[in-house]
Amino acid sequence: MSEEQLKKDPEKEKMKVKSVKKMKEIMTAYYIDAKTASQNGKKVGWITSGGPVEPIIVMDAIPVYPENHGAMIGAAKMGVDLCEKAEDMGYCRDLCSYARSDIAASLVNGGPIGGLPAPDFLVCGNNICGTVLKWYEIQARYYKVPLFIFDTPFCHTEFSSEAREYVRRQIDEYIKFLEEVCGKKFDMDRMKEVGRLSLQGQRLWQEVLDTSMNKPAPLSAFDAFFHLALIVTLRGTQTAVDYYVMLLEEMKERAAQKIGSIPNERYRLLWDNLPVWYKTRWLSEKFASYDACLVADTYTTAWCGSLDYLDENDFLGSMVEGYTRIYLNIGVDEMLKIIKKMIKKYEVDGFVMHSNRSCKPYSLGQYDIMKTLQKEMGLPSLMIEADMVDERSWSESQIETRIDAFMEIIKQKKG
Amino acid sequence: MNTIRQFQDVIDDSGGYARRLKQGSGGKILGYFCTYTPEEIIHAAGIHPMRLFGTRFAIAHADAHLQAYSCSLVRGVLEEALAGRLEFLDGAVFPHTCDSIQRLSDIWRLNIDFSFHADVVLPVKLDTASARKYMADVLRKFRRELEEKMGLSISDEALLKSIKTFNTIKRALEKIYRLRSENPGIISGADVYTLVKGAMIMDRSEAAEKLSAFAAALGSEKAKGPDARRRIVVSGGLCDHPVIYDLIEKSGGAVVWDDLCTGSRYFEGLVSEEGDPYEALADRYTDRVVCPAKHSSITARGDNLVRIAKEHSASGVIFLLLKFCDPHAFDYPYMKEMLDGIGVPSMLMEIEQDLPSEGQLSTRFEAFIEMLR
Repeated sequence: MSEEQLKKDPEKEKMKVKSVKKMKEIMTAYYIDAKTASQNGKKVGWITSGGPVEPIIVMDAIPVYPENHGAMIGAAKMGVDLCEKAEDMGYCRDLCSYARSDIAASLVNGGPIGGLPAPDFLVCGNNICGTVLKWYEIQARYYKVPLFIFDTPFCHTEFSSEAREYVRRQIDEYIKFLEEVCGKKFDMDRMKEVGRLSLQGQRLWQEVLDTSMNKPAPLSAFDAFFHLALIVTLRGTQTAVDYYVMLLEEMKERAAQKIGSIPNERYRLLWDNLPVWYKTRWLSEKFASYDACLVADTYTTAWCGSLDYLDENDFLGSMVEGYTRIYLNIGVDEMLKIIKKMIKKYEVDGFVMHSNRSCKPYSLGQYDIMKTLQKEMGLPSLMIEADMVDERSWSESQIETRIDAFMEIIKQKKG
Repeated sequence: MNTIRQFQDVIDDSGGYARRLKQGSGGKILGYFCTYTPEEIIHAAGIHPMRLFGTRFAIAHADAHLQAYSCSLVRGVLEEALAGRLEFLDGAVFPHTCDSIQRLSDIWRLNIDFSFHADVVLPVKLDTASARKYMADVLRKFRRELEEKMGLSISDEALLKSIKTFNTIKRALEKIYRLRSENPGIISGADVYTLVKGAMIMDRSEAAEKLSAFAAALGSEKAKGPDARRRIVVSGGLCDHPVIYDLIEKSGGAVVWDDLCTGSRYFEGLVSEEGDPYEALADRYTDRVVCPAKHSSITARGDNLVRIAKEHSASGVIFLLLKFCDPHAFDYPYMKEMLDGIGVPSMLMEIEQDLPSEGQLSTRFEAFIEMLR
């Protein structure tokens, strides 16, 4: 071993989140499991990130998330290549880059893990967008497998009793669908256990995010983007619960020792929308150079937004509300209320919005949110025009200039 | 013809028409943007349903609310409202379709001060019994909302009468389409579009009467001689550009049918005039040819386009897709492939409110139509 490797900078070592290693191990094991599922007689179900995954866990099938795959493709900077392949297939460049890169990856087994394991069935929850409907129709035609659409009526201002009844009936239809595609009975006792673990995982995830209320924040939004993977992919399992117990402990310890996510936290910011996956490090360092930490975000918080509605004693029944009234399936003014709460809770000095060309439900309405926050709370906002996976929509010098100007305002305001 | 002139006048000054209509009857007017709006229920309430189509003006206000990657329809209608050019409206109705219209509804509700705003949150999937039931539930809920917020009541008799009026309009439009398909020379594509669009703006009883008379007269027109032009089907969202039809025709094509929201998707499939009217409406909105933001089967739209192409002996299909319309753009590759499968060539043209120059459009249409046998 060289001398250089032996002498690690103790300050830098202290800053590192130790759980990262464990997370990578879990995700690697998960993808190996998923990719060898057919050899082990297990079914693979593709599901949207906001979809009702717990019943799939009950059936002992392996849920796989094309959106998580999209994020990995983006983070590995393989998005442009795959998006261009999709464009060659006839998909317009303006379409969602998760969808484009996943559709292309199916065809060429591309991306950082050589493509996802082929699905035995598809579950599409449209509570996050209408795009997933089209995306899953495409995959249903391509893989020639059954598709279940979990249709959660949009709640502009209310969750109507008519919608409630419709979603409730779909839960029964969903279980029947799973019984058919998996070829076995649905186990209600197991559902109770999985429901309990799902709730426990979501509560732990919320607690992890809550540690950012500390100053300095031991965890940033950029850290959360990474640690989010399990609450999405393994929600309802003991693995996720154990991991978040460990992560929470580490974050509490960091908070006690006043170890921040960035070295000298002076300004605290809130992030909105999906990450810019291929630029998370750049963004994190850019803001850190101003001693600014993105302490929280609306995106990773969305995976605990259902805690108000879910009931451990009637998980299936409470899924109706829990899966319908999620963050993106509500009106702009409802989203604004949640943002305002977060601004107070995390005591932030500014709001950074990613206007994401790939995601209209998340992005349309941001201008109105920005104006209201400015007017009602005097909170400075910054809008970054980009895309979550397609790097061609990133113009660095322009974004850098805007961040510089924004941080000047924040500095002047706070001193 | 006189009827076309009258419809064109209404389109050219739809605001003036709306104001006169209001003064005359003292009634109310609700705006809407898509063919999933249950206009029969609005009409049965004695309210005039008026479809809105983007803007002819430059975007000056809407850009403060909507990103540039929103489609020109969504930006255009918001521009019209923010600029105060829709002051004759009493409100707007937003059926749940795509992500953009869904957020437009929020932005509209938060920024535009009309007395009435309704989200008709229709099911997205239409191929299950529970979705069919929910469809009927939502239509009844919309009725209650109209009754409560507008302080009126909607009788089943009135609704049945409105259903008949709209069926008359749809029947007449379908007849005009059929006559044109049999004999494309008898009416131009631009004129057909004027009739469809006018029928979505003007008083419906008047539209029903005029269209029926027009269809009957057109039926007795003598067949024009053999038509050497290539038979073209147009597919996409909406095409609010009559000049496109003119240019296709000048390039040696004849539009014989379409798969458009401002076309066959509007008039195909009548509402039953028997039984409970809400159930009848639910049946129609569930069974109609879907918009790509809805789901009835994984190949529903492709199957329908293939059926149209065969039934109307299409030589080629022109996809006219509105830029930034995600649902249509996602469907394009497989629909093209299905057309390839039956040997019908197609071309794709992306359109926005502002079209490329006529020269550019002509060149593309000519090149495509030239290669059709």
